[in-house]
Amino acid sequence: MLPPPLPPSPPPNGSLHARQLRGRLPGTFDLDLRAGECVVLTGPSGSGKSLLLRMLADLDPNTGEVHIGDQPRDSLPAAAWRRQVGYVPAEAGWWADTVAGHFDAPAAVRALLPAVGLRPDLLDAAVAQLSTGERQRMALLRAVTRQPRFLLLDEPTSALDAASVALVEALLRRLQSEGMGLLVVSHDPAQAARLADRRLRLTPTGLEAGA
Amino acid sequence: MTGAIVLTPGDLALAALLVLASAALSMLLALRLQRPLLIAAARMVVQLLLVGFFLQRVFAISSAWLTGAVVLAMLLAASREVGARQERRLAGLWHYALGGLPIVAATTGIALLALTTALKPQPWYDARHAIPLVGIVLGTAMNSASLALHHIFSTVTRERSAIEAQLALGADRHTAFRDIARRATRAGVLPVMNQMAAAGIITLPGIMTGQVLAGMDPVEAAKYQILLMFLLASGGFLAAAGAVYLAVWRLTDERDRLRLDRLAPPTSR
Repeated sequence: MLPPPLPPSPPPNGSLHARQLRGRLPGTFDLDLRAGECVVLTGPSGSGKSLLLRMLADLDPNTGEVHIGDQPRDSLPAAAWRRQVGYVPAEAGWWADTVAGHFDAPAAVRALLPAVGLRPDLLDAAVAQLSTGERQRMALLRAVTRQPRFLLLDEPTSALDAASVALVEALLRRLQSEGMGLLVVSHDPAQAARLADRRLRLTPTGLEAGA
Repeated sequence: MTGAIVLTPGDLALAALLVLASAALSMLLALRLQRPLLIAAARMVVQLLLVGFFLQRVFAISSAWLTGAVVLAMLLAASREVGARQERRLAGLWHYALGGLPIVAATTGIALLALTTALKPQPWYDARHAIPLVGIVLGTAMNSASLALHHIFSTVTRERSAIEAQLALGADRHTAFRDIARRATRAGVLPVMNQMAAAGIITLPGIMTGQVLAGMDPVEAAKYQILLMFLLASGGFLAAAGAVYLAVWRLTDERDRLRLDRLAPPTSR
């Protein structure tokens, strides 16, 4: 189904790289994500984009070589790995009643909220009171404030209006300029064009470069 | 024990008349409860008499091996029962290990402790003490483990996204499950905590009632009941906490992933 694996090329230092990644999806995957780079991942619905992100975050059983720079993933406890490689699903879960209960330092988050078009007092609200779009942005901030080196985002703006999308994209560009590597799943070709340094497409036969 | 009351068959027949009268009333009012009531009463008589005669033989033989075999059979039956009570279950034999290991460990540990310290029968494995003690601790341990497992299995699927959100943000499996584990353990020990709170005020506990009726001094009976409540509370807690800990361990893996794939598919029951 896939071309035979190439001998692993030495990856650039400090980048996230996966070789021969294999899990519930058919096939194996090779993928590189440099620090400060934004890669947009597209592909038909159901092709397994979310499963690929979950494998990288080690949330589903998988095999293969995954490193950050020279550091193998298996040399870190899984929790420490996920603090470096953050994953935000399209619909994030919530474990506390209030929004503030999901942040380590709610005070520091309050100042960030207007940057993505959220009122600071939403931090004190119950999660159930937030709209889908508000929850989506809160979930993004929840991951961002933990300062991972790489962030895997599954359709981060699917529930947002155009103005909010622009704010979130500006935030993503800022994180990128600060050196965070981003892997963004998007169904919107215009968004892919705006954000991507590089594009990947997931097809039933594997990962392809380009749109 | 002073002046134990011995019941004659006539005494029992008189009490049986009460059940027959209830059945008659049920028929009169067309409640259609008379059949199940009479069947349940007949079953109860047969079961208790069989146990009575069985224990009479076991006590008379007074063999450590026989006592051990009876205790083992009780432990196995309880382990099977905890597993059978669950609607969701783990695939394979894990399901029985999950309930069985903690209730066996809690029951044997507590029974051994009580037999060798507070009760001190001669010898310590005396069937007359060991079998009823194991029975009563086992009943509570079984209920607690069963309720705790029911809670965790019914919660884990529903709260999957909340658990995974914490894992994805870098929490380990114990942190991600802390709240669920706490609630499940609490669900397991709630009945025995309620029992302690109500003891003596709302109900007179069964053991104490039996001993007072059989002629024991009420204060002595109360002391006995207090000892038993301590044993039951700790047995229930150990069984519930142990079952929850094992369930969390089995529902996650060494890379702190949530492994709902280890649950068997839901059965239509």
